[in-house]
Amino acid sequence: MHELQVTERILDIALKHAAGHNVTKIVRIGLKIGELSDLEDEWIQRYFDYLSAGTLAEKAELAIERAPIVLGCQACNNSFEIRREQLRSPECPECGETQCRLISGREYLVKNIEVM
Amino acid sequence: MEEVRLIEVKQDIHADNERAANELRERLVAKKTFLLNLMSSPGAGKTSTILKTIDALRGELDIGVIEADIDSMVDAEKVAAEGVSAVQLRTGGFCHLDAAMVAKGLDGLDLDALDVVIIENVGNLVCPAEFDTGAVRNAMILSVPEGDDKPLKYPLMFTVCDVLLVNKIDYLELSDFDIEAMRERVLRLNPKIRIFEISAKTGQGVDEWSAWLSGEARGFVAG
Repeated sequence: MHELQVTERILDIALKHAAGHNVTKIVRIGLKIGELSDLEDEWIQRYFDYLSAGTLAEKAELAIERAPIVLGCQACNNSFEIRREQLRSPECPECGETQCRLISGREYLVKNIEVM
Repeated sequence: MEEVRLIEVKQDIHADNERAANELRERLVAKKTFLLNLMSSPGAGKTSTILKTIDALRGELDIGVIEADIDSMVDAEKVAAEGVSAVQLRTGGFCHLDAAMVAKGLDGLDLDALDVVIIENVGNLVCPAEFDTGAVRNAMILSVPEGDDKPLKYPLMFTVCDVLLVNKIDYLELSDFDIEAMRERVLRLNPKIRIFEISAKTGQGVDEWSAWLSGEARGFVAG
């Protein structure tokens, strides 16, 4: 629901990093977004197309890599990846413990930009 | 033909907000004011829970409130009518509060006279979970009529909270809400979360929850 605000930040960051590099066009923006985010790729791109019109990043493609959800076992400290659906019943593959804490899966990162 | 070049960025989209949130926490330490971020769906009972909590701690802690509303003043007026220091933030359609907005809200309160400030976040179980408000602790309300499946549908919210208040507990017997199933679902997501069953209407459980809040606030002030 806050796609617009997040997309604005993506555009700002991309334009800021393009400045000073003699860029005529930003063609692709590489993003890393955690699996726990509810943002849908299609909508981020739609908002981006709307916001970026008339800027160096107009028509840039958002290349979204999803970062996995990683949990840490409270009992044996093992860390392991799970899918979003498994969050409802996580279980440590090493010791079977069900109490686990979140290590990662909430990332929102602009990794790089491809420019001309 | 122009060549495509790659520029490394590696910048966190939320970095500015996290910086603002950390600055805010430093300011709160200096002022000895404890900040609680309270989140829930619309209608779960945030305003009435806040009023009951303030009542329970009257004479012990001075509590102020930051109200976030998309476009009305209803909650702030209700809180102010009880003689509580309150600031209204109209988010203008924003679905959550971030640290910069909360910092602005705190400017409108006399922090020297307040031990605790409670943020009543925008009613929404999705977006507020993603943004650090600068609060010292996060709490959420799940009310019985909403159903026991909410931890399955909004896992991030249950993951980021230190406390869960199960409100409208007086309604439990009339509903098919399975409190044990809910408890198990929540603890699987967040083994450290504290769960209090309360009714902001009858006052049930409010003292236990208020005692927890008071303990946390005192611990924070004592450093």
